[in-house]
Amino acid sequence: MTEGETRQRRNAATIGAPRGLGSKTPKQGATMLGAEAIVASLEAEGVEVVFGYPGGQAIRIYDALYDSTQLRHVLARHEQGAVHMADGYARATGRPGVAIVTSGPGATNTVTGIATAYMDSVPLVVITGQVPRPVIGTDSFQESDIVGITMPVVKHSYLLQSTDELTTTMREAFHIASTGRPGPVLIDVPSDLAGSMMTFEYPDEVNIPSYKPTYRGNAKQIRAAAKLIEAAERPVLYVGGGIVSSEASPELIRLAELMQVPVVTTLMGKGAFPSSHPLCLGPVGMHGAKYSNLAMTESDLIIASGARFSDRVTGLLSEFAPHADVIHIDIDPAEIGKVREAQVPIVGDLKSVLEGLVGQLEKDGATPQTAQWLGEIDAWRKRYPFYHASVDDADAEIVPELVMKELSRQLDPEASIVVTEVGQHQMWAHQFIDREVPRSFLSSGGLGTMGFGFPAAIGAAIAEPGKTVVCVAGDGSFQMNSQEMATAAINGVPVKVLILDNRALGMVHQWQKLFYDQRYSETLLDANPDFVKLADAYGWQGERVVRPGEVPRAIERMLASEGPYLLDVAISPEQNVYPMVAPGAALDNVMGAIDVAVGAVRTDVLTAEGR
Amino acid sequence: MRHVLSVLVENKPGVLSRVTGLISRRGFNIESLSVGPTEDPTMSRLTAIVNADEVAYEQITKQLHKLISVHKITDLTSEDAVERELVLYKVNASPERRNEIIEIANIFRAKIVNVGRSSLTIEATGDGSKLKGLEDLLRSYGIKETVRTGKIAISRHTKE
Repeated sequence: MTEGETRQRRNAATIGAPRGLGSKTPKQGATMLGAEAIVASLEAEGVEVVFGYPGGQAIRIYDALYDSTQLRHVLARHEQGAVHMADGYARATGRPGVAIVTSGPGATNTVTGIATAYMDSVPLVVITGQVPRPVIGTDSFQESDIVGITMPVVKHSYLLQSTDELTTTMREAFHIASTGRPGPVLIDVPSDLAGSMMTFEYPDEVNIPSYKPTYRGNAKQIRAAAKLIEAAERPVLYVGGGIVSSEASPELIRLAELMQVPVVTTLMGKGAFPSSHPLCLGPVGMHGAKYSNLAMTESDLIIASGARFSDRVTGLLSEFAPHADVIHIDIDPAEIGKVREAQVPIVGDLKSVLEGLVGQLEKDGATPQTAQWLGEIDAWRKRYPFYHASVDDADAEIVPELVMKELSRQLDPEASIVVTEVGQHQMWAHQFIDREVPRSFLSSGGLGTMGFGFPAAIGAAIAEPGKTVVCVAGDGSFQMNSQEMATAAINGVPVKVLILDNRALGMVHQWQKLFYDQRYSETLLDANPDFVKLADAYGWQGERVVRPGEVPRAIERMLASEGPYLLDVAISPEQNVYPMVAPGAALDNVMGAIDVAVGAVRTDVLTAEGR
Repeated sequence: MRHVLSVLVENKPGVLSRVTGLISRRGFNIESLSVGPTEDPTMSRLTAIVNADEVAYEQITKQLHKLISVHKITDLTSEDAVERELVLYKVNASPERRNEIIEIANIFRAKIVNVGRSSLTIEATGDGSKLKGLEDLLRSYGIKETVRTGKIAISRHTKE
């Protein structure tokens, strides 16, 4: 998106407006079935791809889809997969992802996908078929109260009551999903309404008096924030997914450079600030770098930008950043003060707030005074590196950190998207894969959904056909939605899956090792299938590597392949993700960080078995 | 601390469970709840009493504001509001003690709405302290059953 387009989209009148023709659609005024109106509404919203799975109560919608020339439908192999695909599509593009499923089990299968999107503020519109209105509430076949079931995990939901409300409901759903703090919206469509005739009148605007997100930050608060930044000697920019949603990376970079403020990123914020930037400290929190965690702990000012002080970032809250004032910028007022009190709260869209902040600092003639602070951080960075060749003691074994470094080296950061599953591999990917641009690293941060990454990677690859999309997976997570290999194969989606295969549920295994006396209850997956044969069965290419020397060439072959490709990388189940802040420990109480000052070994490792 | 929340919501199916679900999901117990239509037929008013400290209370109201179905939240905890509840008490009342009980009811401007062979049903309206005073006195006769509407409240100001 060019700067001009971005500006236009940010114009107040166009926020949340249809991306398609809206009321100018050629179908405006036509008489049609409710099901056809659903499809026409999606077209009017400018939707190009929908993900879904048909069924009895969605059959009319699918019948209408059959005639659409604008909409491409991607048939998943499980409704959960369809919603994660829509989610991956949305994360890669910023546009709402759309999923269509049937009633009952089709609808309940979407719950994990919806909850995943809700926790990570991803815009989704999920359309569920419902039994006809006269039999709702009678336990009829494939009936489930999906509006009730999903209530805690949607931004909003509708049970369609009449075809008169159909188009306004669709318009409102897209508006609500994509504005303010984005999130999933569900529309439950009783099949009798899908089968009723109606006149199609699509509105361009919405009238929701109770929903008016605050975009413009309070000018007085912005001035107060500028004063704090000018006075700070040890400031840190703490950056989350809000920067990505708000497309505020350019403004963030300007602010960081202007005042020379180091930047730490959450999992959701990865890519919002370039990894290669000298001010980038990268991951913070439970598996963040020791230097990032020390920077947070020792800071005198935290500028929280679209981040929510998750327990995975703060560690023990009572000892978190004890000397720091907090400027908290978020479009969702409920996030401010929820976990950590903010001295300067600013509710608003990060893009305009950061722009205002930079403008104010320039007007004040502010100059950076962080040289000493940056020097201290740099010393920590040299002393506690994420990786050091000397800890790579196992020549015969593939070291997962090195696999991630090699993958990162081979990927073009501007033309690739890395999607992760959830677990150890996710943390290694977070630590070692460099990302330069937003929307190039997709991961289930809040809900931590195993099974998210692979279908989300398919959605991202469909959204961005010009980019290389690599799903970094664990053998456990991949098997949660591996049926979607069929979806990738049939739709010609050239997604690459790199499995860090330790034949274990590695993260839980690691916790059992460190905190549960090595009682490995149900975390060994020895009877894994032969993933290469599985790939072959679905018409994929695949390869397994077991020796460290084979890794670079294998990654090359994977990235050079034309279609979907699975690379199964054998690693030991005894590998631990370090550094680590134990659950409930303070953020600077870091286990397993490498300390160059004592000979580049991992220090403060709890167990004798630790590497 | 006890808070009286007056919440103006869309008058649509499911809205009550959105609001109460959110409050309970975030770990708060609703002490009292009453719902009814307002002067505007598209809106309902929900009065809820919750116990929460200031930080938690702020979080509840902010989260409630995020519900698309919630239009307005007013805190009627302050003394600038009138609070009322209606209670029906069924009290043991042998014929020889009826008069005593009726006298007590009169003092509290409560009404006798039913007289049984061995019981009286009393309708009382008021704020919390008045109702508690009446209840304390009735208890010595034996309260067989109590039914409450839940508290409602309204601001004393012309404009909220």
